[in-house]
Amino acid sequence: MAGIPHDHYEPKTGGEKWVHSRLPIVGLLYDTIMLPTPKNLNWMWIWGIILTFCLALQIVTGIILAMHYTPHVDLAFASVEHIMRNVNGGHMLRYLHMNGASLFFIAVYAHIFRGLYYGSYKAPREITWIIGMLIFVLMMGAGFMGYVLPWGQMSFWGATVITGLFGAIPFIGEPIQTLLLGGPAVDNATLNRFFSLHYLLPFVIAGLVIVHIWAFHTTGNNNPTGVEVRRTSKADAEKDTLPFWPYFVIKDLFALAVILAVFFAVVGFMPNYLGHPDNYIEANALVTPAHIVPEWYFLPFYAILRAFTSEVWIVIFFEFITGGIIDAKFFGVLAMFGAIIVMALAPWLDTSSVRSGRYRPMFKWWFWILVVDFIVLMWLGAMPAEEPYATFSLIASAYWFGYFLVILPLLGVIEKPLPQPATIEADFAAHYGKPNSAPAE
Amino acid sequence: MFKKLSIAAIAALALSSGAFAAGGGDQHIENIDFSFDGPFGKFDQNQLQRGLQVYTEVCSACHGLKYVPLRTLSEEGGPHLPEDQVRAYASENFEVYDEALEDTRPATPVDHFPENNGAGAPDLSMMAKARAGFHGPYGLGINQFLFGMGGPDYIASLLTGYTGEEKEEAGVTLYENTAFPGGWISMAPPLYGEDVDFNDGHANDLEHISEDVSAFLMWTAEPKMMARKQAGFVSVFFLTILSVLLYLTNKKIWAPIKGKGRKES
Repeated sequence: MAGIPHDHYEPKTGGEKWVHSRLPIVGLLYDTIMLPTPKNLNWMWIWGIILTFCLALQIVTGIILAMHYTPHVDLAFASVEHIMRNVNGGHMLRYLHMNGASLFFIAVYAHIFRGLYYGSYKAPREITWIIGMLIFVLMMGAGFMGYVLPWGQMSFWGATVITGLFGAIPFIGEPIQTLLLGGPAVDNATLNRFFSLHYLLPFVIAGLVIVHIWAFHTTGNNNPTGVEVRRTSKADAEKDTLPFWPYFVIKDLFALAVILAVFFAVVGFMPNYLGHPDNYIEANALVTPAHIVPEWYFLPFYAILRAFTSEVWIVIFFEFITGGIIDAKFFGVLAMFGAIIVMALAPWLDTSSVRSGRYRPMFKWWFWILVVDFIVLMWLGAMPAEEPYATFSLIASAYWFGYFLVILPLLGVIEKPLPQPATIEADFAAHYGKPNSAPAE
Repeated sequence: MFKKLSIAAIAALALSSGAFAAGGGDQHIENIDFSFDGPFGKFDQNQLQRGLQVYTEVCSACHGLKYVPLRTLSEEGGPHLPEDQVRAYASENFEVYDEALEDTRPATPVDHFPENNGAGAPDLSMMAKARAGFHGPYGLGINQFLFGMGGPDYIASLLTGYTGEEKEEAGVTLYENTAFPGGWISMAPPLYGEDVDFNDGHANDLEHISEDVSAFLMWTAEPKMMARKQAGFVSVFFLTILSVLLYLTNKKIWAPIKGKGRKES
């Protein structure tokens, strides 16, 4: 494994050597925790820890909730109320799990946009990026299925709408939808398989997180300058980096504590803020809610899904040339998944040789428009499907695709980047001055 | 630079959530200053007991509370009735079907409030969380933080929102109500004022009893609210101390690395 040159674990005592020659696990942990980390990382590099914490929180609270939850259409809703009323600390567990999902998505969006701004997706970190995108998609799946489990009105109707999307796929759509639902409509079979998968997915995510960490521990972290750590010698590398422990562990834990203080304020004082009141009404297949709205973290992609109606010329065009195979509904589904796929392809769509947005004067503008675009899409996803929101959705969706498919490839050609610092050490010294004492060689 | 992003993200939450509030149409919902609003708000035990009386004497004729165990009436952070009173209350007011006896028997504290949907009336257990008031669950988070969910405000506004107008539609009598979505509700005005007499001689006009029963329904929907707020407060308190300690630790370990240069990142 070609990493940044640094000291490795050396077993000293006889016992250590005995273990190390049989299972080098201490060495693995040592190398992981002492990873040389660029010393100029800013506060946007804390989200990885927050995300790891979220995954652990969701798994721990989820396993306990599963001990008291009953995945049956007649009992699920009442079992959640049983958790809220009778299980010791059950109301806190459930609110932590419920709001933990929101924290998870706030963190993942911050993490993704960090990567987009500082070019963390670029070579040699493409695999880290792709694994990250896979984790994101699995998170959406887990979040969606988790929302179905309380078996409230929004659970039921959200499940009906989202599984209906798969039915829009030509030829194979209906069998897929039936397989997802376990029958012709959302019912007990659906609830059971969603519960099973909701329990499975976090462990798949945990596996991918290990691969994600392995990948960027091989390439080294990106950093705000986008300039690579010098690997010419251990001495050079040490000028650019600091070991992860204690410098970044403490920094990240500080950030985690601050974020958790806010998180617990939300859980303690307004736990239903991000939920929907209709989900406190038991699912009823005969009563459709006035507005079926997904959770906030799906709204940008939901807006893209709804943007492409049968009146949009590009939809009409595709429907015409494919002889109706790609109709408006299927086009919307393609657009929604396409919005994530174009993001996953960013490493190959971005043609600029400069990694960090800090040294890309034109890119900066387009990037911040993308951030605003994302927020606008989130707002539009919550609005009813009518004018003027339909037109806004179309424009905002077009920008999302335009950014990845047109702007990123073109900018690399036409943009004149600013000079970058020669080394991370130089950048760090420019910000913080020279260290008081030179690190031990 | 990324501070901007964080602010934008928060703004996004606020915006996207605020958007839902538009769904309510021209409902008129009054903000009521409940004792349990805000992070330090607490249930007023006497008010919950009065609300229980209003529910028992009026609402329970049509509405059930099937998710609420009767024994929780004696819990702290709720009406906190003495256990013998709860036993007497259960047996005097409700009958339940017992499968072992194959017959009905008087309710005991281990039973739940009975289900009741005879008149097509919805169960009230979670009503205070299942209806969005004017400041929540959607709206800017600040409002919900300070004034609560808005569900009990909605219920109280509904109970006092009848205009007296009636109309017949497909054989059903509808009553005009300024708080109900659409303006016409099939529930006849349940309270007129002085519907119940309180032992302690507390005011029993329409406004007061509406607020009392709304507060009671907030408790049935969220019986652990006070425990939750306390847990929230304790967590935030200790996490704040932990943050300060970690901040100082972080500062100290980085001090020799950063030197005495500028602080801007």
